[in-house]
Amino acid sequence: MPVREIAGKQVDFDDEGFMTNPDQWDEEIAKVLADEEGIAQLTDGHWQVIHFIRNDYKEKGQSPTIRRMNKVGNIATKDLYEWFPKGPAKKAARIAGLGKPQGCV
Amino acid sequence: MKNIVILGGGTAGTIMANKLFQTLARDEWQITIVDQDETHIYQPGLLFIPFNIYTCNDVIKPRRDYIPKGVELIVSSIDVIEPDKSRVKLANSRVLSYDYLIIATGTRIRPQETDGLAEAGWHKNIFDFYTIEGACHLQKYLKHWPGGKMVLNIVEMPIKCPVAPLEFLFLADWWFTEQGIRDKVDLTFVTPLPGAFTKPKAAAILGDFLDKKNIHLISEFNTGSVDASTNKLVAFDGTEVAYDLLVTIPTNMGDAVIERSGMGDELNFVPTNKNTLQSKAHENVFVIGDATDLPSSKAGSVAHFQADVLTENMQRAIDGLPLLDGFDGHANCFIESGFGKGMLIDFNYDVEPLPGKYPLPGIGPFSLLQETKANHWGKMMFRWVYWNLLLRGSELPIQAQMNMAGKMR
Repeated sequence: MPVREIAGKQVDFDDEGFMTNPDQWDEEIAKVLADEEGIAQLTDGHWQVIHFIRNDYKEKGQSPTIRRMNKVGNIATKDLYEWFPKGPAKKAARIAGLGKPQGCV
Repeated sequence: MKNIVILGGGTAGTIMANKLFQTLARDEWQITIVDQDETHIYQPGLLFIPFNIYTCNDVIKPRRDYIPKGVELIVSSIDVIEPDKSRVKLANSRVLSYDYLIIATGTRIRPQETDGLAEAGWHKNIFDFYTIEGACHLQKYLKHWPGGKMVLNIVEMPIKCPVAPLEFLFLADWWFTEQGIRDKVDLTFVTPLPGAFTKPKAAAILGDFLDKKNIHLISEFNTGSVDASTNKLVAFDGTEVAYDLLVTIPTNMGDAVIERSGMGDELNFVPTNKNTLQSKAHENVFVIGDATDLPSSKAGSVAHFQADVLTENMQRAIDGLPLLDGFDGHANCFIESGFGKGMLIDFNYDVEPLPGKYPLPGIGPFSLLQETKANHWGKMMFRWVYWNLLLRGSELPIQAQMNMAGKMR
């Protein structure tokens, strides 16, 4: 399993680039991961999403779907696509230090 | 007498009614099953209706013919489940108290969840094939369609039977070839997934099939709305895909009664222990089939494997024993690939669909992730197996848990 040093910390990742231990995450790491996803600046909107999905993960044990962010987190789907273009659920989960959202089967 | 109430008389509920009636002491347990209508639909057959392989009447039978005589079938919608009082209120104003409840209320399509989808174009040049109405309307439409751009679209995951969209495309390729208009039809698959299927190995192999059959793939497309006046699908990021004929798999959600009863997640699926099938919130409530929130496929084969596990766990619960972690996510699906051939996949929570052979005593082996005539016949024979063995809870020569024999990594 790949280990990378980010912002002075040893961080564990899976083969798809998702962190495997959410407790290693901090906001500095988020900024680096966001940059890798092509998001140069994390705005208030971004942080609102990141904090919601981290809290939701603590409660549910998995990264939320877009619909859940929408219904439970009150975050408009349009905004999600604007803040995290292409794949908001996946991108936001990666930046928030969580596992890949369980799409489905 | 103690009471077991089963909500939903589809595949999962009907199998459970039969299995429990066969196993539980009849002088101790009254089993009651509730469904809103009298007709049981053979859902795997809906796929074949648009292409005139089955008629609309080929897939329906009376529900009560498949419920054992000693089980009470009540035809009524369900008003609300009150799990804290262990009772269910029906729309016909009956109240059913239960010792154990089995929720088998399934999933259904919700085109209303997508702006513009269920409006001007619905059943005009936009169709679903997950309902008998949709499949039968589409059959008539295709009979007269001169060709053009057909788009098959998955709005969002999860959906019932995730291989059905691919089967539909493979059959469409065959059907238009048979009609002599394949050169006039552009087939495009528009999906929110990163590839043709949810799991990597199968996605690669099935993706090659799409290529070979000249079916275009647009992946990671998250449908935001449909503009029926200009015949366009519009993604949340603004990307557009034009269509002449849209065949859509709308958002799937659990039954509205789950929402009314406050028992579901944001898609009205019931949070369920993924191995024991017990509800996470209520000890005397079990959930089976498409109604669960499990990360397994929503498919009849899954309901069937779950029924084996749930029958045993219900008996253990009744006898005061700890439940077994018996369900491993096992799914087993024939994939119709057109021109009289088919494929087969067999997988569970941990093992993705792999190529190889699938041993089946007496009939097999079938080939996994490979096109063969035998797989096609397996699929066609399954209708008989469904009505005569599967629903009645008979033993089939196939284990509830997945087996690695014959599979190649």
